[in-house]
Amino acid sequence: MDNIDKQLLNIIQRGFPICSQPYQQLADELGTSEEEIIEKIAKLKEEGIIRRLGGIFDSKKLGYKSTLCAIKVPQEKIQEVKEVINSYKGVTHNYLREHNYNMWFTLIVPGAEAIDDVLAEMRRETGIDDIINLPAVNFFKINVNFDLNEV
Amino acid sequence: MFSDLDIKIVRALQEDLPLTSEPFKEIAEELGISEEFLLEKINSFVEQGIIRRFGAAIRHREAGFTANAMVVWDVEDERTVEVGRIMAEFSEVSHCYQRPRYPDWNYNLFTMVHGKNRDQCQEIAEKIAQAADIANFKLLFSTDELKKTSMKYFV
Repeated sequence: MDNIDKQLLNIIQRGFPICSQPYQQLADELGTSEEEIIEKIAKLKEEGIIRRLGGIFDSKKLGYKSTLCAIKVPQEKIQEVKEVINSYKGVTHNYLREHNYNMWFTLIVPGAEAIDDVLAEMRRETGIDDIINLPAVNFFKINVNFDLNEV
Repeated sequence: MFSDLDIKIVRALQEDLPLTSEPFKEIAEELGISEEFLLEKINSFVEQGIIRRFGAAIRHREAGFTANAMVVWDVEDERTVEVGRIMAEFSEVSHCYQRPRYPDWNYNLFTMVHGKNRDQCQEIAEKIAQAADIANFKLLFSTDELKKTSMKYFV
């Protein structure tokens, strides 16, 4: 990543221009051409640094419910359990972490569905009872912007 | 609350924005609406908080934030709001939530801390612990990313 890449990423994480020619506007801000901006974004996507460019929605405001869950998975069952958990469309993030509760995933479901029902199904499918449901009850910060100048 | 057209717009905006000179026009044409209407709609979604942000979702690992720790804290219930606010002030903290406790899970505040390496995450956590006066906390480092996608709504 060069300096323009970093500046570009800092801007488009939050301030992506909502206008007719957004790439041209970014080019004007960064003193380069529209073509170069488009090429740079395409490259950042190819490299996997940009996962997606688009709207990031508030699941609650769209009528969905979300939570964080943790499950205790025996070492030898990790692959198998990963496949079960990841097969759910509402599971958007899943990480292994160093703890007895070693698999952590986020779950989003439509408002009409019950999180508990989904977890009951996961318990049946994985054969693991130790799943805890950790919905946020208070939000103090939700900010997923990363300052690339810090890297 | 959401019209059929709103839902179609949400579906289109949760996909990747085209890398063409006039990407919104392209989407608007597919939806059979004017570009102007679409741009107004996006701004209104942003104002209402329905779109939390419009822009790039990045993979922080690939971007150089190689260590991320979920730091979990055991905070006296009556101090959670005060402590949550202190933690939220730290720029290294991207998320800070209160969550329930369980018999075998005694941590009620969760923060995500990002750094270049584990030591840096550890240092940040210690700095926060001191500022908020919390003795009992744990860093849960991720050892593997098993899934990271964007939610697809109304599909």
